[in-house]
Amino acid sequence: MNCTTLLPRNIALVAAVAALTAVPPSTAAAQVSNDVVKVGVLTDMTGAYSDLAGPGSVVAAQMAAEDFGGKVLGKPIVIISADHQNKADIASNVARKWFDEQQVDAIADLVSSSTALAVMPVAAEKKRITLLSGPGSTPIEGEKCTAYNVHYTYNTYSMAAGTGRAVVQQGGNSWFFITADYVFGKSLQGDTAKVVTASGGKILGDVRAPFPTTDFSSYLLQAQASGAKIIGLANAGADTINAIKQANEFGLTKKQNLAGLLVFLSDIHSLGLSTAKGMYLTTAFYWDRDEESRKWSKRFFERHKKMPTMVQAGVYSELMHYFKAIQAAKTDDADKVMAKMKETPVNDFFAKNGKIGPDGLHRHDMFLAQVKSPEESKYAWDYYKIAKTIPASDAFEPPDPSCPLVKK
Amino acid sequence: MVQALSGQLLIGLINGSFYALLSLGLAVIFGLLNVVNFAHGAQYMLGAFVAWMGMQYLGLGYWWALILTPLVVGLLAVVFERLFLRRLYGLDPLYGLLLTFGAALVLEGIFQNIFGISGNSYPVPALLQGGSNLGFMYLPRYRGWVVVVSMAICFGSWFVIEKTRLGAYLRAGTEKPLLLQGFGVNVPVMFTLTYGFGAALAAFAGVMAAPIYQVTPLMGSNVIMVVFAVVVIGGMGSIVGSIVTGLGLGLVEGLTKFYYAPASDVIVFVVMAIVLLVRPAGLFGKAQ
Repeated sequence: MNCTTLLPRNIALVAAVAALTAVPPSTAAAQVSNDVVKVGVLTDMTGAYSDLAGPGSVVAAQMAAEDFGGKVLGKPIVIISADHQNKADIASNVARKWFDEQQVDAIADLVSSSTALAVMPVAAEKKRITLLSGPGSTPIEGEKCTAYNVHYTYNTYSMAAGTGRAVVQQGGNSWFFITADYVFGKSLQGDTAKVVTASGGKILGDVRAPFPTTDFSSYLLQAQASGAKIIGLANAGADTINAIKQANEFGLTKKQNLAGLLVFLSDIHSLGLSTAKGMYLTTAFYWDRDEESRKWSKRFFERHKKMPTMVQAGVYSELMHYFKAIQAAKTDDADKVMAKMKETPVNDFFAKNGKIGPDGLHRHDMFLAQVKSPEESKYAWDYYKIAKTIPASDAFEPPDPSCPLVKK
Repeated sequence: MVQALSGQLLIGLINGSFYALLSLGLAVIFGLLNVVNFAHGAQYMLGAFVAWMGMQYLGLGYWWALILTPLVVGLLAVVFERLFLRRLYGLDPLYGLLLTFGAALVLEGIFQNIFGISGNSYPVPALLQGGSNLGFMYLPRYRGWVVVVSMAICFGSWFVIEKTRLGAYLRAGTEKPLLLQGFGVNVPVMFTLTYGFGAALAAFAGVMAAPIYQVTPLMGSNVIMVVFAVVVIGGMGSIVGSIVTGLGLGLVEGLTKFYYAPASDVIVFVVMAIVLLVRPAGLFGKAQ
């Protein structure tokens, strides 16, 4: 008993003395496991999500490490990366290997929810941290939540809250969903349906399209027959792109409107403004929003030759927050770093006064954007008008009691 | 209900004509060269990209692309056949399969590296924009064009191979190449040209597809599995088989999308399994 109470006091004393004698505190009190802070970016390097996350996420992580000075608490920061191919089993195998053999302290990105949900329990078991930027499913902070996870950039509810509510308020009160047939698509549809119904709209039907789908004509025809004013696209990446393109082709957009529920800057870039113009979407980040976001994004552009998506910007921001938390906690011990990350608000080019809740969800302002027409776009990558800032309290739900970490 | 169903059937027919066009090239190559051309999807993708690049960098429109792209891709395929593929004739077809599969992966990897996964948009040509209301559905003019052109190409290819002297040479070349050579026909050149023609058909399908689907490096690998199933169901190497099966499976898939959409990506393979159980050589294949 005596020992355990004495020990922390001694450390505190040493730290205080060290600070007084102007020796960097890190040499005395800081503990970094294996003398390195290693972050693994586990993402989709070649598949459907590789443009919105992928190599761009790795670039963002490297920028974060460099901007932090390449070192934290005097120990080097190392960034490694791997391709999970959007497969849950590959993701969890790589994670296990990284934790067991390569001393990885944290895994970042994990685009696509099934990979995130596969890695989170592995990380929790090994007491390592997951910093999710790519995935969107709400069970991540709900019944599947873990104490070592941060869900940083967006979730399906925040997309639904932004786009769903705005569209209903503008008169789009009857909806039909074309949904990607896996956990993310269902989560996105469920959350949107909730918001639409709560805002006074009604749901006329849905169709579950296999993932991935190239030809959406059959589903678009069903959507057309439903007579719904709004066709909600509860999918992402290449699926969304093909669905939007073909909806234009089949003349759906003359009488009905599309609502892309998860649309990234990279999608708009490859669709072109003449096809995507006028569409509403919700985003956590837009490169051209203010001076700070422009400044960072232009640096990113120099290295990646593309403007960052919200997922890539999120990877940079979450890693900076993680490194700062290690600095402040004076250790890379997962429990202490998690506590620091949760108690310190995020203030940077990505989020203003963002807060990470007990459930690991980062609640911050989101933005409702409208895609510009080709005439409105004045320079390269000038794609969005920010129509509205959605305050964090509206963009995200309060902590879900089905997560055991949330006090009831 | 009837209205909705007729719409779905028409869409099935449209997709089916794509399958027919793509599996035709595969069937021609397999029937005459005995090569399982796994690069077919990549050649289809290449067709779409050549069309897109022609427009982006040279200002050549859709109609030029429709003529020039098959020539360009066909020529590349001829070079590939001369340098690599012909060394594998006479060996187990597995070698040809592995070579073409590897070539496809390399090609897709290169395009992905340059253009990224989301790809690019190709506009519908001005002449074929818009569409007409058929009462039960809105038919985009371009999709109608796809059906008509695909059918014409399919019929033309069938006619040339089954009903002309050139076709007779080709068929004779597969049965008894040495004998045919004895009659003074240059069989190796014939083989080269056949492979080029098959690849040109894939590229043609790629140009046809560009205005409908996003032009992406993986567009070929998404569709090639279904197309292989079509060829297997139709009977490897049977030209009539691949055309009829392509259309038929388009319809079956369309109906599945209507009644139970989540199964629509496996239905083709269910059909394949059943057909192989009942007729191992395929619907139109000749038992060996």
